[in-house]
Amino acid sequence: MKKKWMALIATTFALGTVLVGCGSQSSSSKGTKHSAALVTDGGGIDDKSFNQSAWEGLKSWGKSHNLKKGVNGYNYAQSDDDSDFLPNINKLIKAKYATIFGIGYKLDNAISTSAKENPKTNFAIIDSVVKNRKNVASVTFKTEQSSFLAGVAAAETTKTNKVGFVGGMQSDVIKTFEAGFKQGVKAVNPKIQVDVKYAGSFSKADVGQSLATAMYNNNEDVIFHAAGGTGAGVFTAAKNAAKNGKKVWVIGVDQDQKADGAYKGGNVTLASAVKKVGTAVKDLSNQAMKGKFPGGKTVTYDLKDNGVGLVNDNMSAKAWKVVQNYQQQIESGKIKVSPK
Amino acid sequence: MSFSTVLMTVFSTTLIYAAPLIFTALGGAFSEHSGIVNVGLEGMMIVGAFSSTVFNLFCAKIFGAATPWISLLIGAVFGLLFSLLHAVATINFRADHIISGTVLNMLAPALCVFLTRIFYNGKGQTPIIDQSMGTFTFPGLSKIPLLGKMLFTHTSLVAYLAIIVGIIGWYFLYRTNIGLRLRSVGENPVAADTLGINVAEYRYLGVLISGFLGGIGGAVMAQSITLNFSVSTISGQGFMSLAAMIFGKWNPLGATAAAIFFGLAQSLPIIGGYVPFLAHVNSVWFQIAPYAITIVVLVIFLGKAVAPAADGQNYIKSK
Repeated sequence: MKKKWMALIATTFALGTVLVGCGSQSSSSKGTKHSAALVTDGGGIDDKSFNQSAWEGLKSWGKSHNLKKGVNGYNYAQSDDDSDFLPNINKLIKAKYATIFGIGYKLDNAISTSAKENPKTNFAIIDSVVKNRKNVASVTFKTEQSSFLAGVAAAETTKTNKVGFVGGMQSDVIKTFEAGFKQGVKAVNPKIQVDVKYAGSFSKADVGQSLATAMYNNNEDVIFHAAGGTGAGVFTAAKNAAKNGKKVWVIGVDQDQKADGAYKGGNVTLASAVKKVGTAVKDLSNQAMKGKFPGGKTVTYDLKDNGVGLVNDNMSAKAWKVVQNYQQQIESGKIKVSPK
Repeated sequence: MSFSTVLMTVFSTTLIYAAPLIFTALGGAFSEHSGIVNVGLEGMMIVGAFSSTVFNLFCAKIFGAATPWISLLIGAVFGLLFSLLHAVATINFRADHIISGTVLNMLAPALCVFLTRIFYNGKGQTPIIDQSMGTFTFPGLSKIPLLGKMLFTHTSLVAYLAIIVGIIGWYFLYRTNIGLRLRSVGENPVAADTLGINVAEYRYLGVLISGFLGGIGGAVMAQSITLNFSVSTISGQGFMSLAAMIFGKWNPLGATAAAIFFGLAQSLPIIGGYVPFLAHVNSVWFQIAPYAITIVVLVIFLGKAVAPAADGQNYIKSK
């Protein structure tokens, strides 16, 4: 009896694993120079953020060159855990993808190791810099510039002269958001207070909701979040406050988060500071195809080349005008935004 | 922030965090009092969160503002159905309770994400629900000076419901015939059986109630906090509930209080920064605080927590 039961449990486990694996598959065969794949950093390719943007970029690149999903075309490997990084990269190398993207700074060690062992494959790392590897292109974004514009938008919109910032974890990347946002707010009106809080996680919506509730109760009426899944709670808090008759806003991050702010009776998304990882992925794939992959170099995307930007969701015409004005000044180099 | 606003914020954020934990911890208490260890609470929450979200998205047009509340019931029903797996495995097939619970925890996220992909064009998370549980201001009660603003303004209605369920749960387990029998089965199944109590039946009851409440817990999370379902909707709340149950010494009232305490420990550091005389303290201290407070309280105020005597033991009649 007991044995039978153990077998049943084992089958259930196996089933669970199979179901999880449903999203991605790859098999090995010969590759071409025109294939590219990416490895996600923990979220899926539909995380409404970073990974999704990267995958959409890769898909559109593949489609514009008549490639198919799979070997010899484009593909992805999803990491559910940090320990999946190396196996995923190896899987893609075996399937002979010419260019492999690591989406997110967490993958920098894995990419660096793999690049050393596979000098003929092109690697790219997003949001980090891998040094001393001639086949690795490092991609960084000047998110402080888009965050600066978010700060301008917040400062132009606030009625209480208090705005908030909710970060995920305190890392170099998230700090650039904070720094840019503060500078943007101060550029418009140095008297506006900026309240900075970190949730300590990218996946705790309940902590995000508590932080934002506290901020709104403290009469801060615009919150910029750079906190991934924790940000969902910020939106919930904003909707609750709005339903109670408070005029409050959230500025979204990475992707256009207008849909996240919709509720029965309105929308709380003021704007979204987007980071077009997809543009970068598409760009680098094209360069790799032409044999001009920027291996060993750091490629930076900013406002000027449309790698980052601010999307207007519900801003007043006047505020949007001011934002555009600042955008021109940053693009022309008149205003320099510091990442720290 | 004025003093009364600080208090109001502390209490409302405490309740936001505590509501899903209370329901789920109560579920755990029912299961364990019947003698079935339930580490599968996390899985039951996931199923509850998923099914309630899907129901909400499909039926929001029909039921309007009542949708999130009906969704709680749907989450509960699916949580109950899912817990049947645990009941059958442990009661009929005498499987190890921990293993069976772990199976639920591994199965639930995979299954729910898989179904999400089928229902929503291959996407790994559902769209956002329009009809969500907002905050609630108690008419009348909110007019009480200070207390009214503190406890009854812009707060979480579902958390108050959870506390009432906690009180009912205590009454049920300690004051009714069925409840006492359910506990006897978890303390000494042989004696209970000798007296004509159907052990398997009562254990089923315990596990199914835990699935029902666990499902509600997950649904509360989805309907009032994340407002959609993704793989990270439930991230460890099931285990926090288990901890709350043990912290509360397997007593429904204790578990409720423990869940609220966890919420308070989570909320105080967030609000700490807005209290004028604490505003200049380094925020690292606030982030450490929840863990430090929990350890201190555990060490100082709690004696030995005693589980039901036959908790985790399979009952084999012929022995």
